[in-house]
Amino acid sequence: MTAGNGIPAVELENVTKRFADFTAVDSLNLNIGENTFFAMLGPSGCGKTTTLRMIGGFEDPTSGTIRLHGDDVTGLKPYRRAVNTVFQSYALFPHMTVAENVAFGLRRKKVDDAEVKRRVGETLELVQLSARGSAKPRQLSGGQQQRVALARALINHPRVLLLDEPLGALDLKLRKEMQIELKRIQQEVGITFIHVTHDQEEAMTMADTIAVMNQGRIERLGSPSEIYEDPRTPFVAGFLGASNLMSGTVSGNEVGLPNGAVIRLTDIQAARCNGHNEVQIGVRPEKLSFFGSNDGNAPVNRLSGVIADTSFTGTSTQYLVEVPGIGQVAVVEQNLGDIHDPGEEVTVAWKPEHTFVVE
Amino acid sequence: MKFVKKHLLTIYAIGVFLYLFIPVALVILFGFNDVRGRFNFRWVGFTLDHWENVFFGPVFGGVPGLWDSMLTSLRLAFLSSAIGTVLGTLIALALGRYSFRGRGATNVFLFLPMATPEVVMGSSILALFLALRINQGYATLLISHIVFIISYVVLTVKARIQGLDRHLEEAAMDLYATEWQTFRRVTLPLIMPGVFAAFLLGFALSFDDFIISNFNAGPTIQTLPLWIFAANQRGIPPEANVLGTLIFVITVLVMLLNVVWQRRQSAKTSV
Repeated sequence: MTAGNGIPAVELENVTKRFADFTAVDSLNLNIGENTFFAMLGPSGCGKTTTLRMIGGFEDPTSGTIRLHGDDVTGLKPYRRAVNTVFQSYALFPHMTVAENVAFGLRRKKVDDAEVKRRVGETLELVQLSARGSAKPRQLSGGQQQRVALARALINHPRVLLLDEPLGALDLKLRKEMQIELKRIQQEVGITFIHVTHDQEEAMTMADTIAVMNQGRIERLGSPSEIYEDPRTPFVAGFLGASNLMSGTVSGNEVGLPNGAVIRLTDIQAARCNGHNEVQIGVRPEKLSFFGSNDGNAPVNRLSGVIADTSFTGTSTQYLVEVPGIGQVAVVEQNLGDIHDPGEEVTVAWKPEHTFVVE
Repeated sequence: MKFVKKHLLTIYAIGVFLYLFIPVALVILFGFNDVRGRFNFRWVGFTLDHWENVFFGPVFGGVPGLWDSMLTSLRLAFLSSAIGTVLGTLIALALGRYSFRGRGATNVFLFLPMATPEVVMGSSILALFLALRINQGYATLLISHIVFIISYVVLTVKARIQGLDRHLEEAAMDLYATEWQTFRRVTLPLIMPGVFAAFLLGFALSFDDFIISNFNAGPTIQTLPLWIFAANQRGIPPEANVLGTLIFVITVLVMLLNVVWQRRQSAKTSV
C-alpha cells in the first residue's frame, strides 16, 4: 500500500475519540499510502467523519497518535498541518470572490502577488472555472461551488487532501461526473485523497483502497474488488452491495445447510472456518444462475426453490427465489434469455469460488 | 360597503401609520409655531424664528443648555455603545462558539437587564455606586449605559454568529489562518452587519434613555432627555422641537441612504 520511501502518508495508531457519552472512534489503526485514493465508507455515526476531522486537526483524539508522512501531528492546529480539506458544505467564504477564496491559503503563507495570481489561474483552469474568478460563491451552481472548494484546497499543493462527503449535495448526474473528475484530478496532481462517503458505489468507483467502518472500527480494508468478493463480515456484505447470507454446519470444505443442501467452499474460505462449527456463508446475487434441475453443467453449489418475485430493471432482472428451509434468495441475471415468471420451479447454482464465509 | 371590504387592510394600515406618525408630525409642526407664553400647545402662526435661534441664536444654540445637552447625549451614546458593542460582541462570540461552565447562567444574567424595569435597574446601579462611595458623574452615567446596552448587543450579535456555518472558520484554519487571522478575515467580516446593527441599537437606546440616566447622571451632567424633562417643568421651548425634527430627519436620511446602498450592492453582485 505504501509507495516511494515506504513511509505512509497518514498513519493512525490506536486512535480513540470519545465524546461525552459515546465512542466515535475506537482504537483505530490505519496506514494510508502515498498517492492513493482512499475511501472511508460507512453509515452515519460510524466514525468516518470524526476520523477525517482528526486527521485535519479539527478534533483532537482522546488517545492515540496521528502521523503525517512520519511526523507526529497529534494535537497540532489545522494551520500547522500540510493537509487541506474539502468540506461537505463547501464552506466557501461568502464575502470573497471565487479567486479570493482560492487564493486564501497562499495569502496566509505570504506567497508573493505574481505567484498567487499565476497559481490561482492555473488551479481555476484545473477545475474548469477560469471564467468565474470574480464571481461570488452564491452566484455559482452547486457543482461549481464544489469545484471552487476543491481548487481552494488543491492550490496549496497539500500532500494529503481530505474530502468530507463532497458530492453529497449534488444531483445524481452531476455526482457521477464529479466522481470521474475527482479521480482524474487525483491522478493528475498525484497526491493522497482521503474521501469520506456513505455511498458504496461512489467509494468503489473512485477509490484504490476502501476502509469500511462500523461503530468506530474498521471492519474491512482492501481494494474495492477484494472487499466486494470477500466481505468477511455480515455488515460489510450487507453494506457493500446485496448478498445472500445462509447459516450452516461446516465440515471440511463443505457446509451443510438446514434444507439438506451441501455447499462447497474453496480451501482459503474453508480455512477461515477453523475452530467453528456453525458458520454463515454468502453469495452475491449476480453470481447465481438458473439451471434445469438435473443439468450436469451446473456448478456444484445448488439450491432449489420457487420464484416468488420477478422485477425487470432494464439491464438485468432481479428474482427472489423461495427456498424451503433457507428463505428467500436473491438472484440477478442479465437480460440475455428468457425471463422466468413467479411460480416457476427452478434450481439456482453457483461456483465454490464465489462463496464467501462471514464471521 | 364593498369598497371597505376590498380595502380593509389598506384602511387599517393607514390608520396604524396615522396613529404612529401624528405625534411626530405635531412635534415637527410646532417647531414652526410662533408661540406666545410658556406653553407650546396651541397653534398661533408660522415662523422660522426658532430654527434661526437654534443655529444662529445670541447664545450658541439660542436656548441655554439645549446644544450642550445634545452634544453630551451624542458623545455618551457613541462612547457607551462603542464600548458596549466591543464587550457584547466578545461575550456573544464566547456564548456562540464555546461551551463552558456557567454558560447557561451567563445567558440568564444577560437577559435580566432587559427584563428588569428600568426604575429598578437605575436605582440599583445608583445604590451600588453609593455603597462604593463613587460620586455620580460622567463615569457613572457611562457605566450604567454600558450595562444595559451589553445585553442587547449580545442578543443581536449572537443571532448572527449562530447563523454562521462553523465550517467557515474551520476552513480558514485549514487554509493556514491562525486563530487571530481567522477572526480578522472570516469571522469578523461575516458578523459585521450584526455588530453594526448592535452598535446602532445601543446608540439609540443610550441616546433616548431617561430613567437610568436620571438616577446616575448626578447634578452636573445633563443629557438631552434630562434637559427636555427639566425644561418641561417651565414649558418646553420650540427649539427642542426643532432639534427633535433635525434628529428625525437625519435618521430617516441615513436609513434611506442605507437602503439605496444595499440595493446597489445586490445589483452589483447578482448576475
